[in-house]
Amino acid sequence: MDLVVARTHVEEEHEGIPLFAPHEKVYPRRVKGPIRRVKWAVLIACLTIYYAAPWLRWDRGPNHPDQAFLIDMPARRAYFLWIEIWPHEIYYLAGLLILGAVGLFAVTSLFGRVWCGYTCPQTVWTDLFMWAERLVEGDRAQRIRLDEQPLSLGKLARKTAKHTLWLVIAAATGGAWIMYFNDAPTLVHDLFTLEASATQYFFLGLFTATTYLLAGWAREQVCTYMCPWPRFQSAMIDDETLAVTYRDWRGEPRGKHKKGETWEGRGDCIDCRACVAVCPTGIDIRDGLQLECIGCGLCIDACDEIMDKVGRPSRLIAFDTYASRVARQRGETPHLRLLRPRTIVYAAVLLLVAAVMIVALAERRGVEISVLQDRNPLFVRLSDGSIRDGYTLKIENKGGEERFYAISATGLGGATLHIAEYEAPPVPAEAGVTVAVNADSIGTFRAYVQAPKRDERESHFTFIVRDKSSGETAVYRATFRGPEH
Amino acid sequence: MPTKKEKDATTARDTTGHEWDGIRELDTPLPRWWLYTLYATIVFAVGYCILYPAVPWVSSHTKGMLDRNTNREMLAQSMAEAADAQGQFRDRIRDASLDQIRKDPDLLAFAETGGRAAFNENCTPCHRTGGAGAKGYPNLADDEWLWGGTLADIHRTITHGIRNADPESRQSQMPRFGADGILKPAQISDVADYVLSLSGQKAPADAVKRGRAIFAENCALCHGENGKGNPELGAKNLTDGIWLYGGDKATIVETVTNARNGSMPAWNLRLDPTTIKMLAVYVHSLGGGQ
Repeated sequence: MDLVVARTHVEEEHEGIPLFAPHEKVYPRRVKGPIRRVKWAVLIACLTIYYAAPWLRWDRGPNHPDQAFLIDMPARRAYFLWIEIWPHEIYYLAGLLILGAVGLFAVTSLFGRVWCGYTCPQTVWTDLFMWAERLVEGDRAQRIRLDEQPLSLGKLARKTAKHTLWLVIAAATGGAWIMYFNDAPTLVHDLFTLEASATQYFFLGLFTATTYLLAGWAREQVCTYMCPWPRFQSAMIDDETLAVTYRDWRGEPRGKHKKGETWEGRGDCIDCRACVAVCPTGIDIRDGLQLECIGCGLCIDACDEIMDKVGRPSRLIAFDTYASRVARQRGETPHLRLLRPRTIVYAAVLLLVAAVMIVALAERRGVEISVLQDRNPLFVRLSDGSIRDGYTLKIENKGGEERFYAISATGLGGATLHIAEYEAPPVPAEAGVTVAVNADSIGTFRAYVQAPKRDERESHFTFIVRDKSSGETAVYRATFRGPEH
Repeated sequence: MPTKKEKDATTARDTTGHEWDGIRELDTPLPRWWLYTLYATIVFAVGYCILYPAVPWVSSHTKGMLDRNTNREMLAQSMAEAADAQGQFRDRIRDASLDQIRKDPDLLAFAETGGRAAFNENCTPCHRTGGAGAKGYPNLADDEWLWGGTLADIHRTITHGIRNADPESRQSQMPRFGADGILKPAQISDVADYVLSLSGQKAPADAVKRGRAIFAENCALCHGENGKGNPELGAKNLTDGIWLYGGDKATIVETVTNARNGSMPAWNLRLDPTTIKMLAVYVHSLGGGQ
């Protein structure tokens, strides 16, 4: 509960200002122009990738799914084109996320909030939902009028049509999302024939609901209140960063302008508020760079149209840097400085992480083994005085067919090797034993290495596992333990 | 306490009318989302109590309309389901011979896993994890077996045990050569030197020579003329590098003087035949199975 304390002069200054700003619904107006065209192109490209990617097929041979992008949760496998990721390789995903983050930093320091304005899913779907809204309810003025009207049959019909359209888009969005986790054609068939699982329907419903709420209702509030990115992007932005800029030195003093009046002694801004009307977050760009500005640049198109009409030069609002704005104000020629310590560092980190990722991917072995030495007992003394150590070998076969591997051990004089799963008698460790591993699975083998008692408690040797078909090998440096004396 | 409700100038809201040390309190309503969430939880709670077991009663509790089981019943149910799932494997193991189990990969995997669980529960106090053994309790992973290391031998040893009341248990008794006055201390020392020499350890030659004669007369009956032992009698092989109680002279003298007659319970009194089969398969798989 609020406490009423002695009123200070601070409170008196803020008299009448409530704790939370009441939400003002934004009615963005339609706009035409080159930036809007770019924004449409990016939107169509993003949506096409999103909806089409699950339908791409990729032949991986038998026993493997043929979907190009698939995260198969039950089987614990992820497929990205030719790359197959097993659960313990999830660090590739971490690398990808780091690349994404640093890339975002670099782009933001160079071009400002282009991510927010063009490619962020929140922006793309909000734009799509606004397009649907305009289709049903008309442009800004008509929508405002419609909302002010009392409820009528016509209004109800329009509103119902809009929300239905939204829900259809939302369902298509949620549906596409779960296709990345299931075989797309099968899933679509199952969804429409009511054969899909409860889990699939649940996630379809969940993503439908979130899309509908975030793109239909929450919109710019997600950017302003929920998203952390606008809050810390100032760490990446400096005087040389491109941002949607109102050139106040040209525009001010603003004021209404009638045709034929002189432009002497006044700014180019005729205060038509076109820039405010088209803004998807409902702000006035003339107030300067703001947290709410997502940097989409639609106000640039809106203003240019007006400037064209009144016969003044375009780009009163433009993608510009702070430094260049100041230079132009002084009448100097601005220079775009792309190479700055900040951008160089971001680019360097980006290159480094990308190089590490590429090397890691290229170095990915066809054969991977892991070896676990028995701890209980650590070693066994045999009747002839020799020592036997036990190891559990796991061999990964990522291939689509059964493969054969030769297991051998070198570096331990007089040692013999015996694989418990095979009845054959022990063989000299250097010669090796051939084992089979099923397609797309991990083979587990118990290996017994027996050697004459040695002088030291620990000696070292090497397990070598060779893929018989490809000749690739994997090695593991193992420890052979024995008694102290 | 004055109870004068008044409008607050800043917020245009009523105060509660209370005042403490000049501080008055606004009568701010609860946030609506919070209040509606509270109402929703109340509705949910009522619905839950009707549908699910909820209210404690004198001797029992309300059952709920959905007739859902309690956690304990569900636990018992899933335990039964698990037992059912294992049941088919257990049935097959019960009906299969030990060799058949070893040849069927599915049965072998099930028996080794089940055998490990049973081993950890019943056998590790003496034989230690992984059958590593301890002084007086044989290592089950090595290649020496007192009573034989085939699947059938191991199975019989586990079933009937060693030196216990079970009529079919492994029986043999080593005489207490010193304590019962069969051999004199000097003779025991000589025979101990001979035993040392059998496994290639150093011992005085003349003592070994005397000990050989004593061994042939007193020990060879069970341990064999060459000291290689006899699994029929649980007589240990004395020529190898493995010792159950210790291979130094003092321990051997102690063994000959007071004898060692380790025992093991008959597990058929405690475990069902299927579990014993799985145990035998597991022990056989530890590395020394013959």
